[in-house]
Amino acid sequence: MFDYNGVPSKEMVSSVFPSEERINKGPVAVIECYKEIPCNPCATSCKVGAIKPFDDINDLPDINHEACTGCSVCVSACPGLAIMVIDGSKSDESIVFRIPYEFSPLPQENEIVDGLDRFGKKICEVIVLRVQNLPYQDKTPIIHVEVAREFLYDFRNIKVVK
Amino acid sequence: MKTTDIVIVGGGPAGLTAAISAASSGAEVTIFERSPQIGGQLIKQTHMFFGSEKQYASHRGFRIADYLLDELNKYKDKVKIYKNATVLGIYEDGVITVDLDGEYIKMLPKRIIVATGANEKIIPFPGNDLPGVYGAGAVQTLMNVYGVKPADKVLMVGAGNIGLIVSYQLMQAGVEVAAIITDLFITGYHVHASKIARMGVPILSGYTVKEIVGEEQVEKAIIAKIDKQWNIIEGTDIEYDVDAVCLSVGLSPLVELLGQANCELRFISELGGYVPIRNLDYRTTNENIFVAGDITGIEEASSAMVEGYIAGLTAAKDIACIHDDYENKISDYRNQLDGLRSGPHSGRLRQGIEKLMGGNK
Amino acid sequence: MRIENHPILEFKRGNEIKFYFDGEEIIGYEGDTVASALHAAGVRVLGESVFKHRPRGFYCAIGNCSSCLMTVNGESNVRTCITPLKEKMTVEIQKGKGEIL
Repeated sequence: MFDYNGVPSKEMVSSVFPSEERINKGPVAVIECYKEIPCNPCATSCKVGAIKPFDDINDLPDINHEACTGCSVCVSACPGLAIMVIDGSKSDESIVFRIPYEFSPLPQENEIVDGLDRFGKKICEVIVLRVQNLPYQDKTPIIHVEVAREFLYDFRNIKVVK
Repeated sequence: MKTTDIVIVGGGPAGLTAAISAASSGAEVTIFERSPQIGGQLIKQTHMFFGSEKQYASHRGFRIADYLLDELNKYKDKVKIYKNATVLGIYEDGVITVDLDGEYIKMLPKRIIVATGANEKIIPFPGNDLPGVYGAGAVQTLMNVYGVKPADKVLMVGAGNIGLIVSYQLMQAGVEVAAIITDLFITGYHVHASKIARMGVPILSGYTVKEIVGEEQVEKAIIAKIDKQWNIIEGTDIEYDVDAVCLSVGLSPLVELLGQANCELRFISELGGYVPIRNLDYRTTNENIFVAGDITGIEEASSAMVEGYIAGLTAAKDIACIHDDYENKISDYRNQLDGLRSGPHSGRLRQGIEKLMGGNK
Repeated sequence: MRIENHPILEFKRGNEIKFYFDGEEIIGYEGDTVASALHAAGVRVLGESVFKHRPRGFYCAIGNCSSCLMTVNGESNVRTCITPLKEKMTVEIQKGKGEIL
């Protein structure tokens, strides 16, 4: 269906996720770039060498989740907004997601917003922990939200309820 | 008669890079741009570009227009830029005529680089001429250049990169997108499609526009499923109360000036329609005329910029203004183009270029 | 309608410009084209087709498609999508093909 509605299947999503063990250790990037396109900023922006430099500009990203520090520089560098960072080290019940969000108004810290899946359907409510909007991100803010762990493979977006 | 070394028709990504190349080679350059702004379609691109660092990947398109203008400004003694200047014709003796803000002028350049870009296509359906049926790029201009909200609720027709990107940008401007429809499947980058899908906008494949209804302007859009012969399947209608319909159904190269100047053209559907026969130096069959950008076949702006760099170097070399690093630059630009065009996403484009160039791409 | 809050762009509007659309006074801004100022004021019908008199709006916004042609300051067939707005311009819906000077 991916070619028809733009929504990756559960198998595709889980194939790009790190192990739960790695997720529980601390922040790590998840790259949802499933099709080869001429684009390499994820690799060139990675300061720790976790995303392998491309041989060909059309390569798919190849990330070593063990080497990734979850620094999130690639999140706002990716022109396709295809990268998020997830962190399962905060608690057994939740995952902290850091997602790019380019809409106004931005949510505020401690605000409750809707949690959406890859179809844009509301699946939960989540709390905003931090809004990271630094000059180098050039207006691609990164929103840190805490999400119930059961939505690890489903949560992907937020909707600010105003 | 006014003269100059090189006239560049069009101040978009290809025209600007051609000017940078030509001026840095020592040539005197005049750019004519028919819009009130320089930068072509770059100035309305609020998204980050793809490609590599060499094509400013990860930078927003409208900033790239500024970078190119800053670069060009280094050669300001050699470069004249005219806005609100429509080139009207290129004649047999090499004279070009221009409507410059209402004034009619003539000029005789030594070489011409035509970088006019492309025009949005339209598809037939009842009501396609109603106000509110807009080119997707036109709507992007209205909202991102002029800051005007184009409508309250839009149906997007076409799921190529323009349709997907403009849908996202409509939402950023506070416009609701009812749905994106496409006849076959998503032809743009899937990363764009996914980010729109997760906003809750449905992308419907296998649909076409059945009819747009409205008295004076768009009031309602009716879409329907199509079968394998593109016939509408009865009973599959979906109605949307929208006040605009955006068409992003492809682009055609703007080759009229080349036709008048006796440049040989060939119809190649994979490249968007009629395109000029050209060689690796981006020279047309009229030896004084070069081309760059979408006029050579529809591609991303990244490729247009690289083509412009090449055409600027080769046109300047032709009048003995040879860049110090000519050979290295040309080979780097050709490699960049090969890279940008080599992926699975560019299959059709490669077929088109193959038809145009045979063995010489 | 003008976009006020945008996540990426800041719109710096120039000075107000007063112009007339079919006799009615409208305010646009420096930097507008005739067509963008009309759209911002809610005017989307910019003309009519020559023979069947069907309403016409803009289509391409790059000065190419002829769908936005209007009579501006008495001059017919002006491409309003790329014509900068100027103070006291008179902009009119054109009937027929317009006069060639």
